[in-house]
Amino acid sequence: MKPTTQPNIRIDVADGVSIPDPKDKSLINAWSISFTGAVAILIALCVFRPDPYLEILKFLPDGLLVTFEITILCMLCTIPIGLLAGLGRISRNRFINLLCSTYVEVIRGIPLLVQLFYIYFALGTFIQMPPTLSAVIAISFCYGAYMGEVVRAGILAVPVGQTEAARSLGFTGAQTMRYVVLPQALRTILPPVGNEFIAMLKDTSLVSIIAVADLLRRGREFASQTFDYFETYTVVALVYLIITLLLSKGVSIMEGKLHYYERPSK
Amino acid sequence: MNAQASSPIISIAGVWKFFGSLTALRDINLDIQQGERVVIIGPSGSGKSTMLRSINSLETIDRGRIVVDGKDLHDPANNINVIRQELGMVFQSFNLFPHKTVLENLTLAPIKLRGLSKAEAEDRARGLLAKVGLSSKTGAYPAMLSGGQQQRVAIARALAMQPKIMLFDEPTSALDPEMIGEVLDVMVTLAKEGMTMVVVTHEMSFAREVSDRVVFMDHGEILEVAPPETLFSTAKHPRLQQFLKQIL
Repeated sequence: MKPTTQPNIRIDVADGVSIPDPKDKSLINAWSISFTGAVAILIALCVFRPDPYLEILKFLPDGLLVTFEITILCMLCTIPIGLLAGLGRISRNRFINLLCSTYVEVIRGIPLLVQLFYIYFALGTFIQMPPTLSAVIAISFCYGAYMGEVVRAGILAVPVGQTEAARSLGFTGAQTMRYVVLPQALRTILPPVGNEFIAMLKDTSLVSIIAVADLLRRGREFASQTFDYFETYTVVALVYLIITLLLSKGVSIMEGKLHYYERPSK
Repeated sequence: MNAQASSPIISIAGVWKFFGSLTALRDINLDIQQGERVVIIGPSGSGKSTMLRSINSLETIDRGRIVVDGKDLHDPANNINVIRQELGMVFQSFNLFPHKTVLENLTLAPIKLRGLSKAEAEDRARGLLAKVGLSSKTGAYPAMLSGGQQQRVAIARALAMQPKIMLFDEPTSALDPEMIGEVLDVMVTLAKEGMTMVVVTHEMSFAREVSDRVVFMDHGEILEVAPPETLFSTAKHPRLQQFLKQIL
């Protein structure tokens, strides 16, 4: 048996744009082409045809703020939900395990848009909630289930020898999880978690359907007033692309920092 | 604590363990006294690691009784986590915490479990690292160390809890040959200081040099227990004779 000191497991989930490899120092890659391309096209459009492109760009920031607001609120809710769901899914307590597994199963089987409608319109017949709150609840519970699976995979990827070493020192199961397993799982799951967040940011565009004035909704308002559908949605798409690419770069930088304890050169 | 000086610090009585249809441990009986060094040898799959791991309950047993330091492992009134604090364990694959520095590997458990202050724990850790010859590596991460260095840190980490007993599960089997000596040296020093040690190993020179008794296991059974000079020169059991012929 060879010592298993450093498993280099990378879980790839393809819901959002891919996270650039922090070790990839090359100037030309998919990320840099997409990003510089999107920025260049947006600038060129605004410079050469300020009417309507610059007008559209000026109209969107309010919506962009709402998109960010919803995304951040959902991230904050998704992390604890995902952690609990992930821990519950590996729990040896049969009741907790079944509860969390069923939650994940049910949520993953229903489209987010349907969940959104269900909470806003269907439950709305009993409890009236503002659309933004409905949106945050729907997205958080949906992505909490996805995140639970990522957390679970990350925990299972930590070698069992780590748990045995901690338990043999006298740590309880909970202490072992907190001090030894979760910190290592975090490193493994950061790229897929970032990926889920990026996918979530994109999926917040669904809330425009229940009258939340997010980026897409603002674009729609502008287009329906001016009939510049092509121009407006081009700008909306480019703005989404730029922010998701920036987010993926941010995750990549964080991932690079979390590799601090690996062998310096490989 | 309540145990009398003459009673064994580890008592294994009538222990059986099954993995499905395989009998991993077959009616194991072994008493180990305080300060004793016991080496367990045997072919792979003979149950020696399973027996060692059952002493700190990393393996659960199906029948029998194991009493450590006067506490029955399977009595629900005894907290296994507290018993384990007195049982240092060293693994074949080191199992250092890769996200923590060498110093943090040694201080984590004493701070969280023994209630030491950070300064006290670090003092103790530095002393132990000096003892295993790794004073210069306090700030390094495990991935930067060689296998032999990692295993020496792992021994120091176990010692940082000041256990009464040290268990070694093939501590040199995953090491390159040139690194085995440095780890064995640390273990010999520990033995000379009077630590109670139970060691599963293939290093017969270690068994000869430091052990009080050698236990030979095969197919989940203890076939022979004797001081090393007796066991190696006048092996009674044919399977032990065969095993020694292969290994020496």
